[in-house]
Amino acid sequence: MIARLLLPAALLLAPVAALADDTMPPAPFAYRQLSDPAKEAKAKALMETLRCLVCQSQSIADSDAPIAGDMRNQVRLRIDAGEDPEAIRTWLIQRYGDYVSYAPRVTAATWPLFAVPLGLIVVAAAVMRRRFVKRKAA
Amino acid sequence: MTQDTPRAPRAPGWTLWLPLALFVLFVGGVAISLMLPKSTDINSQMIGKPLPAFSLRAASDGRPGLSAGDFAQGKPRLLNIFASWCIPCGVESPVLAELQRQGAPIDGIAIRDHTADLNAFLAKNGNPYQRIGADDVSAVQLAIGSSGVPETFVIDGKGVIRYQHIGEIRPEEVPLMLAKLKEAES
Repeated sequence: MIARLLLPAALLLAPVAALADDTMPPAPFAYRQLSDPAKEAKAKALMETLRCLVCQSQSIADSDAPIAGDMRNQVRLRIDAGEDPEAIRTWLIQRYGDYVSYAPRVTAATWPLFAVPLGLIVVAAAVMRRRFVKRKAA
Repeated sequence: MTQDTPRAPRAPGWTLWLPLALFVLFVGGVAISLMLPKSTDINSQMIGKPLPAFSLRAASDGRPGLSAGDFAQGKPRLLNIFASWCIPCGVESPVLAELQRQGAPIDGIAIRDHTADLNAFLAKNGNPYQRIGADDVSAVQLAIGSSGVPETFVIDGKGVIRYQHIGEIRPEEVPLMLAKLKEAES
């Protein structure tokens, strides 16, 4: 009975296990916070807006994937060395593209996302104005 | 459905169809996106850029370590990102051996790997590598924009990253990789 219950779970986990099966201990700062609370807060804020490369919808702060741990290690070490969080984000975007960052940027591909709502507000305002003006005239 | 509104407002007739047209366009767009095969590959943005500086200790007992300087020696080389714990990497080994047999120089970076595990992996699957560096915290992997194992980069003779192959190289892709190496000569 238990085997029957466990089998689907095992099958679900199997592909993950096949991909991330390394037995190395986590990187030094994958799970260890920086001793300076201010720096750790900065690192945490950045890590929550960096996307895990192998787990799609998790931030590296949320993910237990080894590569996410290695990314946290690198973020913490760089922040500890005084690097600006946005410089680290830029460094990663230079390597992985916008995929790696959850912070939206206005680019050639994304500007409509910002422009369309503004345009809709303008159109809606124009339509409403016309209606109200008509009412008054009638 | 069009009979539902007997008293249409005084607007050009086609405006009545506009919302439906937009809706159909939207559904069509979604349907097409759903049918296209989804790619989860994250392409490195480092193509055309020089390999970042690095120096890695030897990952195995049989081969020396690897540094960025090993690549800027005038001839293009393959850089294989792999690990002994990675199952597709074992599948890829014979293909790398074939590439090596056909004259491709190959260096490796082993991700989060133990020397003993790697030695066993190489003994079992063959060792097509001239050098293997150990990347214990995926630092070089992150620096070149690689997001998994295995991945193979073509580095030209000046140390510039020219091509990235994501996933294991399949036997039918050997000519492609050789062509990319040749391309990197110019």
